[in-house]
Amino acid sequence: MEGALVLLGDGGGGSSGVSTNESAVLSKVEVVSEAESELELGLSLGGGATGKTKASNSSWEENGRILTAKDFPSSVVSQRTNNGGPSSVAVSGTKRSAESISHDSGSPTAVSQVVGWPPIRAYRVNSFVNQAKTQRGDEEVKPKYDLKKKHNFNGNEKGHLGFVKVNMDGIPIGRKVDLNSHSSYETLAQALEDMFLRSANSLEKEPLTMASKLLDGSSEFVLTYEDKEGDWMLVGDVPWRMFVSSVRRLRIMRTSEANGLAPRFNETSGRQRSKPI
Amino acid sequence: MQKKMMYSFPDDVLEHVFSFIQSDKDRNAVSAVCKLWYEIERWCRRKVFIGNCYAVSPRVVIKRFPEVRSIELKGKPHFADFNLVPDGWGGYVLPWIVEMAGAYPCLEEIRLKRMVVTDESLELIAKSFKNFKVLVLFSCEGFSTDGLAAIAAGCKNLRELDLRESEVDDLSGHWLTHFPETCTSLVSLNISCLGSDEVSFSALERLVGRCPNLKSLRLNRAVTLDKIANILRRAPQLVDFGTGNYASELPPDVLLNLAGAFSSCKELKSLSGFWDVVPAYLPALYSVCSRLTSLNLSYATIQNPEIIKLVSRCPSLQRLLVLDYIEDSGLEALASSCKDLQELRVFPSDPFGGEPHVSLTEQGLVTVSLGCPKLQSILYFCHRMTNAALVTIAQSCPNLTRFRLCIIEPKTADYLTLEPLDVGFGAIVEHCKDLRRLSLSGLLTDRVFEYIGTYAKKLEMLSVAFAGDSDLGLHHVLFGCESLRKLEIRDCPFGDKALLANAAKLETMRSLWMSSCTVSFGACKLLGQKMPRLNVEVIDETEPPDSRPESCPVEKFYIYRSVSGPRFDKPPFVWTMDEEGKIMH
Repeated sequence: MEGALVLLGDGGGGSSGVSTNESAVLSKVEVVSEAESELELGLSLGGGATGKTKASNSSWEENGRILTAKDFPSSVVSQRTNNGGPSSVAVSGTKRSAESISHDSGSPTAVSQVVGWPPIRAYRVNSFVNQAKTQRGDEEVKPKYDLKKKHNFNGNEKGHLGFVKVNMDGIPIGRKVDLNSHSSYETLAQALEDMFLRSANSLEKEPLTMASKLLDGSSEFVLTYEDKEGDWMLVGDVPWRMFVSSVRRLRIMRTSEANGLAPRFNETSGRQRSKPI
Repeated sequence: MQKKMMYSFPDDVLEHVFSFIQSDKDRNAVSAVCKLWYEIERWCRRKVFIGNCYAVSPRVVIKRFPEVRSIELKGKPHFADFNLVPDGWGGYVLPWIVEMAGAYPCLEEIRLKRMVVTDESLELIAKSFKNFKVLVLFSCEGFSTDGLAAIAAGCKNLRELDLRESEVDDLSGHWLTHFPETCTSLVSLNISCLGSDEVSFSALERLVGRCPNLKSLRLNRAVTLDKIANILRRAPQLVDFGTGNYASELPPDVLLNLAGAFSSCKELKSLSGFWDVVPAYLPALYSVCSRLTSLNLSYATIQNPEIIKLVSRCPSLQRLLVLDYIEDSGLEALASSCKDLQELRVFPSDPFGGEPHVSLTEQGLVTVSLGCPKLQSILYFCHRMTNAALVTIAQSCPNLTRFRLCIIEPKTADYLTLEPLDVGFGAIVEHCKDLRRLSLSGLLTDRVFEYIGTYAKKLEMLSVAFAGDSDLGLHHVLFGCESLRKLEIRDCPFGDKALLANAAKLETMRSLWMSSCTVSFGACKLLGQKMPRLNVEVIDETEPPDSRPESCPVEKFYIYRSVSGPRFDKPPFVWTMDEEGKIMH
């Protein structure tokens, strides 16, 4: 491959035209050592029909340097910080520091903690994990998969939770939140506020103001959930564990629409009302 | 004025010749011969496949191919199947339907995979295409049974309605009643993904009864075993049948009736479903077994000896999907009974359990590979593997086109030698020269990628997780895999170098997904700026990626080639860069 430069877009790497000379723009082959710290764009295609790559040592060759980005900082990756945003926001995928990825871990990662691994589709997991569990009479397993409640044929078994859908009135795109990563209503509400308040601000619509807490009725919005029986309830009235075992999905509803979800707005319960219903 | 050469054919002759050319690849080649052929070909192309719905806009497709009858679109990246792509990412089909409603009134077939389909889209389909015949929604979501009702009611000549593995908001089973009594055209109906406890069974029975061409019927879990006999008796011509629930308290005469119903289906070759199987009812299938070419037991929690009994009766079996309850002993029975086996998928019954509770090991797969040399496609979940086993499999099954191995614990070494599994996978790519799809697992160093880059010349799709040591690994793949179209990587120590050094390669591929690797935002930015025909999409759900230093790694990104520029339907957590290097969102 030395000495040949393949132009951008010169067909897939499979053609043997790789080694014939097109109009030579640059013909230099440079060995790039590992110490190279600039980000460069390699605009050539690799791997000709000859098959063997030359990269059997630690250094490898680029087929010409076309662009450099000298104004970029060095490509040495700084340690990934794991503090982007509140930790309780559901982020799909693994969150790991740079170290744990590159180091050859001798101790196996606990499989159940890794999102999306093993790579099995959620509907399959729902379907037979439940069956297997009841057959073996084992302890609860907590798969980190989205359990769409409508597919949970065996009913909503305790402990089989993960992501539930959240929709907010006025925002067309729903989100998902991982209930497993919360232990109280407060953290959940905080996470939802961050999720939707931030989304609301970055959409080019009229900003939806969602003042402070969703839980105490002082906001324009109120947090509700659909339970196992299909009824919509206000979030916060039952103990957390009970809520978590019966919730199917969440909805951030405009307070004005929350009629009929009686408990919160009953004066005798002692909670505050900010607006008359 | 077109110069007519002596040897050129009239246009309609050419068009007739082209009509025999069906494959997209060949059609594309034909259209590149000369302008005349391009023109003729584009007017007579009837089928379009778009592997990434964002690679091209509907208008561009319509402009080039004005007379399309059948379209296939794919949306979300494959890793969306495993919850790695946040909800709301995209893949909306509505804009396509809207454009096609105006441009393709004769559209007959729509096949979608991993797309968001709304009831509005379905209603529009039902309204706009008078001769609509085929709707396949593979792993789609966003619609409800209301949308299905619109399709049932509106598509008078519907032949195929296949909802395989889709997520449907199941509001009621009554949508089935929307098929008019005059509808007799169904050939294929797959509702296995529906959850409703209440399926309008009488409507289903009547529908089945009046469609004499019904060849494929896959029921959902709500249909109980006692109902199946009636369905089968009404459709003895079925070739492919998916049971619903396979558990029930059946009195003996009903069981006999079921056996009789199955045996009356002389064409039956393919079975699936089998939720909640009670083994006592499996003998009802025995009369069909000798003809079976495809058997999907992957939801059936039956164990041995029932599995062995069933499988041993199926000498014609070409395709088996099963849970790991089959164990090594069952795979041995499979190997000795099913010499025509082409595809095997073994799923884990307890994927999160940690400790294996069934005796399914690498040995089972070795035995099958030795006994079934026609194997082309393997998907295997297990807890341990050795290089030696992989070498044997590779040598025994040189015809493998798809090999996906998932050793459940990440970074598991060869359990005998404690070495990485580089050599084993190397043997796979070396011996299986037609390998098109490969998924890796286990402990793997950069070396396995060197093998892949060297040998896997026909590889089109590669899935990598928890593997490799350095950028060199990624470089080997991008540099060496000439046919690579889709590459998806998670949790590997791959950074900027290999990606940037092989930037041009990305334009020859459909897409690249990387998550939990060490590619920096700066590199993504550079790619986005300098490669206008690539869409570089950074996915960050917590904050804008430019709020951190550019050397910080991005958690996830998705790069794909496109002739239509960045998309306009991005959700808040997807960020792209424009030519000035500014974040667009």
